[in-house]
Amino acid sequence: MLVDYSPVSRIVGQLTGPGKRLGAAIGAAWPATVLVVTIILVWEFYTRYSGIKPTTLPAPSRVLQQIVENRQALIDNALPTVAATLSGFALSVASAFISSILVDFVRPLRRALFPVFIISQTLPLVAIAPLVVLWFGFGLLPKILLVALVTFFPMMVALVQGYDSTDKDMEWLLRSMGATRAQVFLKARLPSAIPFFFTGLRISITYAVVGAIFAEYSGAAKGLGIYMLAAKNNFRPDLVLAAVFCSALITLVLFGCTVVIERLSMPWEKVRKDDRK
Amino acid sequence: MSTPRLSLRHVAKRFDTLDVLGGINLDVAPGEFVSILGPSGAGKSTLFQILTGATTPGAGTIAFDGADLTDPAGKFAFMPQRDALMPWRRVIDNAVLGLEVQGVPRREAHRRVAPLLEQFGLAGFEQHYPSQLSGGMRQRVALLRTVVQDRQMLLLDEPFGALDALTRTSMQQWLERMWERHRWTALLITHDVREAVFLSDRIYVLSARPARVIHEIAVPLGRPRTLRDLSAPEATRIEAELLHALLGSASPELA
Repeated sequence: MLVDYSPVSRIVGQLTGPGKRLGAAIGAAWPATVLVVTIILVWEFYTRYSGIKPTTLPAPSRVLQQIVENRQALIDNALPTVAATLSGFALSVASAFISSILVDFVRPLRRALFPVFIISQTLPLVAIAPLVVLWFGFGLLPKILLVALVTFFPMMVALVQGYDSTDKDMEWLLRSMGATRAQVFLKARLPSAIPFFFTGLRISITYAVVGAIFAEYSGAAKGLGIYMLAAKNNFRPDLVLAAVFCSALITLVLFGCTVVIERLSMPWEKVRKDDRK
Repeated sequence: MSTPRLSLRHVAKRFDTLDVLGGINLDVAPGEFVSILGPSGAGKSTLFQILTGATTPGAGTIAFDGADLTDPAGKFAFMPQRDALMPWRRVIDNAVLGLEVQGVPRREAHRRVAPLLEQFGLAGFEQHYPSQLSGGMRQRVALLRTVVQDRQMLLLDEPFGALDALTRTSMQQWLERMWERHRWTALLITHDVREAVFLSDRIYVLSARPARVIHEIAVPLGRPRTLRDLSAPEATRIEAELLHALLGSASPELA
């Protein structure tokens, strides 16, 4: 379940690293840049010379133009999405922490809770999102709940896996020093889980934005999701894509933030990488 | 011998169907450096699990300073086979781990460790992370973390097993010098015959599983010791005797 995000991490890492080597960051980013530019160019030429209608597939230049023209509307709609994403994510991280600690201290709880969590992951979002909106209204709450629902499980699994990855000798050592169960957890198990926590965080943050947009799609006053729905109903795929661009941008920025926080909270990893160079 | 610091009588242990320890008898006097030499997988580490309270003995008695050892907490300072340093802690914070668990305030713990840093060749490296250290230095941090706990006895589980031959030899010399200075009561597990001879006052040889003491030998070499002492006739005779005992106990195809 570990996804390799290393190219992105490397780019962000270079930007936030000790020397802030911008040149190196650009160097790490160029294969992806070339690919994206190529795709956009092919798309642009296709829309120009195939005679396809802009109401079916708008050209990227047109999408860009719409982004510029509708920037105020897009920002107005992006803000609630960001708010829902961040609050839902905060709720999810907090509850994943609490339940992972509970499960770590009370072993039978793990057997009781994990099947429930797994079932929660099999729920189709398409069916659940409208129900949650039906139960909790058009406000922020149903969005927060849906974001938490889709991001909780990867966080929880990462944390539990992280606790279990603790070096057995380290635990034995602490026990030999007379450490209590709580001390073993705080001094060995919790720090051992930090890298796993961040892997879970990076996976979850990409789900989180999608979760928020889906919740808005099912009913909201404002938000990128409802903006997309309205644009689609007005046969404006250019506006749909403009909103998609915004959501992708939000995801990338949030992802970059997790990488920065990760680097800041694990200084020992940084010295290891620097030494290896 | 006066009251031994540690005394094991008929200590046995089995895990399910696996007979690991088959009745161990051994003594360690205060201030004595004793080694346990045995083939790999002979249950040497199980012995330390019992002493540190990680598992219970199946049978037998353990006495500490003459009294029955019911609660091992606070008696032993244990150094595991791999250094088990915490990668997220700096050298100084790894060294004070035991004191921290005991509830010694941070400042006081640092004050106690400070004078030892020089002797352990770690001065100037207090703020480094373990990943920045060489294998030998990591082991010295681990040993520092062990001795600052100020317990009555050290349990060292193959401390130099993971090091390259050269580093291992220099660490053995260093440990010998440190022992001269501090005279810790120590029980060392190893499968390195030369290491055992070089460091110990007395050596027990264990058999393959189920482990029993099959040989006991005192090392009458003077202190301080140098590598040269290992080529003395007395030392080579002991080495040969130990090897013979070890190989005799190993599986038939090795004998």
